[in-house]
Amino acid sequence: MSCDDTVDCGRRRLLVATAAAGGVAGVAVAVPFVASMLPSERAKAAGAPVEVDISQLAPGEMKTVEWRGKPVWIINRTKEQLESLTKISDKLADPKSEKNMQPDYAKNETRSIKPEILVAVGICTHLGCSPTEKFKTGAESGIEADWPGGFICPCHGSTFDLAGRVYKSKPAPDNLEIPPHMYLGDAKLIIGEEKKA
Amino acid sequence: MSKVNAILQGTLNWVDERFPLTSNWKAHLSEYYAPKNFNFWYFFGSLAMLVLVIQIVTGIFLTMHYKPDAALNASGVPVAFASVEYIMRDVSWGWLIRYMHSTGASAFFLVVYLHMFRGLLYGSYRKPRELIWLFGIGIFLCLMGEAFFGYLLPWGQMSFWGAQVIVNLFSAIPLIGNDLSIWLRGDYVVGDATLNRFFAFHVIAMPLVLLGLVGAHIIALHEVGSNNPDGIEIKKKKDANGIPLDGIPFHPYYSVKDIVGVVVFLMVFSVIVFFMPEGGGYFLEYNNFFPADPLVTPPHIAPVWYFTPYYSLLRAVTYPLFGIDAKFWGVVAMGAGTLIFAFLPWLDRSPVKSIRYRGPITKWLLSIWVVGFFILGFLGTKDPAYKFFGFIPGAPIAQLLSVYYFLFFLTMPIWSSLDRCKPEPDRVTMK
Repeated sequence: MSCDDTVDCGRRRLLVATAAAGGVAGVAVAVPFVASMLPSERAKAAGAPVEVDISQLAPGEMKTVEWRGKPVWIINRTKEQLESLTKISDKLADPKSEKNMQPDYAKNETRSIKPEILVAVGICTHLGCSPTEKFKTGAESGIEADWPGGFICPCHGSTFDLAGRVYKSKPAPDNLEIPPHMYLGDAKLIIGEEKKA
Repeated sequence: MSKVNAILQGTLNWVDERFPLTSNWKAHLSEYYAPKNFNFWYFFGSLAMLVLVIQIVTGIFLTMHYKPDAALNASGVPVAFASVEYIMRDVSWGWLIRYMHSTGASAFFLVVYLHMFRGLLYGSYRKPRELIWLFGIGIFLCLMGEAFFGYLLPWGQMSFWGAQVIVNLFSAIPLIGNDLSIWLRGDYVVGDATLNRFFAFHVIAMPLVLLGLVGAHIIALHEVGSNNPDGIEIKKKKDANGIPLDGIPFHPYYSVKDIVGVVVFLMVFSVIVFFMPEGGGYFLEYNNFFPADPLVTPPHIAPVWYFTPYYSLLRAVTYPLFGIDAKFWGVVAMGAGTLIFAFLPWLDRSPVKSIRYRGPITKWLLSIWVVGFFILGFLGTKDPAYKFFGFIPGAPIAQLLSVYYFLFFLTMPIWSSLDRCKPEPDRVTMK
């Protein structure tokens, strides 16, 4: 700003300082309003671990439980289903589960602690729909002739195999999330808690 | 009688000395000169205003009975869902008010799309009307927000999963996406917090912005005056009093014309409200008659018809680019698909405004674009694996049309200036 006869520099400085202070105050006042939209303490506190009894889950069957408001699938995979997992690697986007979508103890070929039991969050990594189970194999599934069984998302057509791994060239970028989980004995599963190393 | 007139005149004078009533009446109605050659396409602006009023009035009455609460009631039904059923079954005339509101939502988009298409036909976005167009785009975006927030409120399956998908769109943004979507939901999943805030957005935040934009749209319009089907400026030819030779006062000429439009519109609107409020599953979707279930996505989810073209754009992107997921680019395509209209005033380089004087290139490309928009909209209502006639797969067609959708706009500076245009007339024509 140039000081000449028409501008009173003292007053102009005061004006600029007032505007700046007012601006800062305005932004500061916005903080509590923006923060009020974050999850509340109550919402953060919710989400206790869930205990599931899987003694009645026969091979080839699936069970859905709610954990933190999300569907969690527990699938008891048959031998054929487990075998199919190894044959389709070249069709998958991340066959070796290299992206961090699972705890380390589930970073293996079957993405599980026990080979046959898959525990996965049933929420598509694309936009959050819950994929539909398509366990029937082949053309009968209505997907493709050599479909080995898996899941298809009703929203945008992403497909997943029976380890929750996403197929290539589908809208979903990642494999399904494997939640932290652990076993208490043979038939009792805890979702949301893991054994401390 | 003259005594009564004197009192009325006196009252008016009293008001005019304190508030510019008469001068505003003249400036915006009785002495606001609009081109005399308006045709069918010019009904939709005033109809949009009518639908806005319908939505606000019916909305106010719905809030008297609706409860934005996702908790389960004694019979295990979410309170919000149950309160909508209550409105439909137990509130006197509640069904009528709700059906007017739900039909009004679809009607709003219908008239706004036709209103926008009129702009495309006659170049209404061209200089000096760029700001009218931009305010209009603002209204369009607001309207989409309003429809989206409102759609969660009945707390049905489509409400829930629709909101889930759209909020998750934001999680596609690299780095901040996840936190942003949590902030929008107010929880880690769509839940009670989300429902409550969407209610606040739907009934107060968005309507306030919408009304402000509608005001700005009309103020800007009345500053520069309406375009017309010939796309020429009537203000260039004025009589001795400075009144455009081809202009007629908005009131009574167009107020009366618009009333005809209103009557016809209300006839169609009533037929839908009374006889087909679900619109064959396009206005109210089948799955939304089930209460929200966070564990099960319905086998077929699709947005309401007015969002489906953009939904097709979203789905069309299945390849990752520059190391970022396809999901992000799908979101970018969808956002760009709605925002690209805003650039029209600067993309269109044609020497003439109206389609009447533009050449075959424009007519062909625009026609193909409109057909493509419809096909994208149709495919957006279908399963991703949909096949035309059972054997032509829809997905690649949607991808092709998505590319065309954007190419139409991006190459417009080239083809619009190449096109063989006809000379514009000096004065408006009446055909």
